[in-house]
Amino acid sequence: MEVSLAAIGLLLGCAVLAVTLQSRAAATRLVYCICLAACLAMLAASARHLLSGAEARAIHLPIGLPWIGARLRIDELSAFFQIVINLGAAAASLYAIGYGRHEEAPERVLPFYPAFLAGMNVVLLADDAFTFLVSWEFMSLSSWALVVSSHRESENRQAGYIYILMASFGTLSLLLALGLLAGPTGSYGFAEMRSNPPSPGTAALVLALVLAGAGSKAGLVPLHIWLPLAHPAAPSHVSALMSGVMTKVAVYGFVRVMLDLIGPPAWWWSLPVLALASASAVLGVLFALMQRDLKRLLAFSTIENIGIIFIGIALALAFKASDMPAASALALTAALLHVLNHSLFKSLLFFVAGAILSATGERDIEKLGGLVHAMPHTTVACLGGCLAISALPPLNGFVSEWLLFQAILLSPELPQWGLKLMIPAAGAMLALGAALSATCFVRAFGISFLGRPRSPVSASAHDVDAYSRTGMFVLLAACVAVGLLPGFAIDGMAGAVDRLVGTRMPVQASIPWLSIVPISESRSSYNGLLVFFFITVSTIVAVKAIHRFASNALRRGPAWDCGYPAQNPQTQYTGDSFAQPVRRVFADVLRARETVEMPTPGDPRPARLSVAIRDLLWELLYAPISGWISSSAALLNHLQFLTIRRYLSLVFGALVLLLLMVAIWP
Amino acid sequence: MALMIDLFVQGVQMLLVLALAPLLLGYTRKVKARLLLRKGPPVLQPYRDLLRLSRKEVVLAENASWIFRSGPYMIFAATWVAAALVPTFAAGLQFSWTADLIAITALLGSARLFLALVGMDVGTSFGGIGASREMMFASVAEPAMIMIVFTIALVAGSTQLSHIATFMTSHVGLRVSLGLALFALIIVALAENARIPVDNPATHLELTMVHEAMVLEYSGRHLAVIEMAAALKLLLYISLIGCIFAPWGIAPVGAGLTDYAVGIITYIAKLAVGGFLLVLFETSIAKMRVFRVPEFLGAALMLGLLGTLLLFVSRSF
Amino acid sequence: MERIFLDVAHMLAGGLVLVSFMLLYQDRMFGLLNVFALHAVVLSLSVGWQAHIQGAPHLYATALIALVLKALIIPVALHRVVIKLGIHRTIETVGGIGPTMLAGIGLVALSMVVMLRATAAADPLAREDLAFALAVVLLGLLMMVTRRNAVSQIVGFMSLENGLILAATGAKGMPLVVEISVAFSVLVAFIVIGVFLFRIRERFDTVDVQALDDFRGERR
Repeated sequence: MEVSLAAIGLLLGCAVLAVTLQSRAAATRLVYCICLAACLAMLAASARHLLSGAEARAIHLPIGLPWIGARLRIDELSAFFQIVINLGAAAASLYAIGYGRHEEAPERVLPFYPAFLAGMNVVLLADDAFTFLVSWEFMSLSSWALVVSSHRESENRQAGYIYILMASFGTLSLLLALGLLAGPTGSYGFAEMRSNPPSPGTAALVLALVLAGAGSKAGLVPLHIWLPLAHPAAPSHVSALMSGVMTKVAVYGFVRVMLDLIGPPAWWWSLPVLALASASAVLGVLFALMQRDLKRLLAFSTIENIGIIFIGIALALAFKASDMPAASALALTAALLHVLNHSLFKSLLFFVAGAILSATGERDIEKLGGLVHAMPHTTVACLGGCLAISALPPLNGFVSEWLLFQAILLSPELPQWGLKLMIPAAGAMLALGAALSATCFVRAFGISFLGRPRSPVSASAHDVDAYSRTGMFVLLAACVAVGLLPGFAIDGMAGAVDRLVGTRMPVQASIPWLSIVPISESRSSYNGLLVFFFITVSTIVAVKAIHRFASNALRRGPAWDCGYPAQNPQTQYTGDSFAQPVRRVFADVLRARETVEMPTPGDPRPARLSVAIRDLLWELLYAPISGWISSSAALLNHLQFLTIRRYLSLVFGALVLLLLMVAIWP
Repeated sequence: MALMIDLFVQGVQMLLVLALAPLLLGYTRKVKARLLLRKGPPVLQPYRDLLRLSRKEVVLAENASWIFRSGPYMIFAATWVAAALVPTFAAGLQFSWTADLIAITALLGSARLFLALVGMDVGTSFGGIGASREMMFASVAEPAMIMIVFTIALVAGSTQLSHIATFMTSHVGLRVSLGLALFALIIVALAENARIPVDNPATHLELTMVHEAMVLEYSGRHLAVIEMAAALKLLLYISLIGCIFAPWGIAPVGAGLTDYAVGIITYIAKLAVGGFLLVLFETSIAKMRVFRVPEFLGAALMLGLLGTLLLFVSRSF
Repeated sequence: MERIFLDVAHMLAGGLVLVSFMLLYQDRMFGLLNVFALHAVVLSLSVGWQAHIQGAPHLYATALIALVLKALIIPVALHRVVIKLGIHRTIETVGGIGPTMLAGIGLVALSMVVMLRATAAADPLAREDLAFALAVVLLGLLMMVTRRNAVSQIVGFMSLENGLILAATGAKGMPLVVEISVAFSVLVAFIVIGVFLFRIRERFDTVDVQALDDFRGERR
């Protein structure tokens, strides 16, 4: 606990230091090295707390409001999320030591980066509503500053504007939710909230507010609008933090309120969460498939993975409400494991996007291609990240999805009909999302890295520096480790699951051959290490057999291409052409419309194919609301230009009204 | 001693699937030719084809990368591991607990991902067509397969194939949800193996290629490995349908030598019957146009979803 | 009753639901008529099996009527109607096949839940068969609602009728089953004739037989 506080203090000091150092040459390396050290220290401390099974520790600091102070507490859930956050942050700091050199205006980024890290960590440690909200808002503001750091492009300014709007809305919802939980006694400490569960009506309202507040920060549909605009606008290591780590802080907020502070859940709470999560899982990846900008594609993919995490949380809520703690532990473990996995591979993929951006200056995949020859190390990292995010064995993405499927297979035991009809649908949407994400990342990797270069910058790219490469490979190694030895990760988070649900999954580390057995041996089991071993052995056997018995002759020549090799790299498949079949199949959901303008014969103009995709949520939800806000603001604007007499009459009217209320009120 | 026998049985299974896959392919081609009143190639022709291909020189495109060169081995390895885990003549294989039906589906998914990547590697438009169509089919076929797995798992109480096979031999009568799952699995198997009506395995016309388009640039020993992987995949799906829906004859755990022999004979009979029915279906239906295939696979997804829904509503369906 | 009898009855009822989905999936007229013939065959098999396990010989008559009339005569007749009147061979639908199938799944889930709740105290075989029968009825209605073409709407109506017959045979002891099925078939015959007359009036602006004779050039 003390280590964390010291590290947070160090980060805040580093932020101040960055302001004073301005844009001196050594500033970048110094600031990021200090951040790396601080994050590693917090990682070690929280890992030791979680794995040693220590009791929760609380600290009361006299800063903040005089009659509340600031209460900080570290328990198993906070420790687990601290591990996730600081692992991602450490990797990002390591990456940024090399990548930060490419930053144009480092004085706009360096002060806010340590502040952002500090804010996120304080949110996890907060033990009363005030500290929680202040640090949440601090986290939002520092990330907003990072989003608008490259302010010359108008789209970044627009993204910052929408981001700050949605962030304020989120904080307002959380404020109201925590206020409702505090109740009429006004006890803002989490310990008091835990011991006074609210009435069912209040609890329903709290659910809606927390879903709006934490859900919008995490990126649940329909409150996800800001995410694909804001995440790409920030520098790449910050995008990795926002997508991979800040969304997890939002998940922490939701889990803390709904599974801890609010007391015993009602069965129907999981229905809206399940509905929104399934919609996010499918819509996120469908829109990701249609993007040309690599970072925007990754941001939409984050929405899909957040949907997957919330499906797990919804199942945990449903099982907990129906008094099935073992199943609830399984669902929650699946969700928390996906939290860890997603922060690992999403950060990795954003680092790759940053590497491509610094090597070629391009984010548009239609201008890339052939990078497998120009950037070999980045290719390996990206391939690993794409395999992990597509949920393929033996990497880590598969394990969390497998556990989630096992949890869904336990849900026919639930007594409620609404859940019985909703959960198979959610399972189908989950499977659909997983399949579509494989398509999405085959497209992203294939068009950017494989094939022939589509523009000169892509042909002349070079691989990135050692720090960036190390950052990427550390995360790749972590993905492989969690994929091959998931039992240790499951056992590690058992403490957090036990605290929230009342029980934990069976101990995995003692199972022979290091498999994982979520429920019982006769039901299902999976062994990542052995699958990896079998695949390796089969590959080696195949290679050896072929080299022994088959001819080894090899000759390079031009591509066959059915006898019509086309020299121009523009004849390759583009990203849009790759996504076209899926776009056709899901045309109703995407509201995709293709129009072709064919010139008349003899007209030398080229034919034009245009594709328009409409975001229905923007048109049906956001546009009317913003129109309504503008019109009411225009109406209220008249209040600015009244005469003095009119203002006096307003004050007089308000005074008379209040006196009337005092007179009439019994 | 028991461990040695189990390991030996697992080894026999791995070699058996490898040996029988080209034979199955040759048998289906022969039966198809006979149904079309032609004579057809000899049944052992695929073995000769593989041998011929492996003796030839590989012609590699100038800009092909290491992914292109190592792709065939990765695809083959993933498919072989998956095929080795499906009970063919004996349940209770030594390593059947390492990967259940969901993991086998995902292993085939990684093989398909690598296939799509190698299709895009050289940078031709044919590879792009094959890869994008294959991934579009996969994005509807995989959810259908997961729904089928759910249906079977809810009936059998396990996702592990050995337990499913043992359960199906003993307890189960005719059940509606299993009927729906069988229908859906047949549709998914046709799509995944690139058979008619989804894709024509014998064509090289650009408008009709999907699988062939992705492997267009391969030659020599690489093409031999890819063809072997495709044959293994067909064997895997027919074995899967046999193991789940026609599990009679599979030797139970801890059986004797006669049980294994009976198991192998019934397995070969199942392959023969399965291959014949496949070819019969293929010759009686025409290939669909590409955008009709997602509706076809969507029907499989609906059937799987319906089966799962029925089982969620009442366990006796 | 032996488990196998129940299972076969379930399989046949479930098969009828499956064939109803196949009816929704068809996009060509002749395919639709062939699948409808299959629908009638499965219905007659189901009714025949019910006749066997309930020991109710009059249901054999219903099965035979379904087989002869609905699996043979009506599809052949509609086939000839389609060719003679030159009706479009493709089926025009409202909404794509995907949303229609999704709506179908929702209707099956709805009928399961409604039937299993409403008949909690009844014999399990009859309950589940009734649930399937209600699903077939709702799918037939869905087909009528989502098709623009008169012939496909007739096929939807007939599949709805098949669902009602399945429900009637499942509920043991319902009287007049045979007579009801004959009445339904007569109704369908009248509907088909009505379509015929509609087309004739559309083309010639009249159904007066004398005027038609004029057109045929047989006025004396």
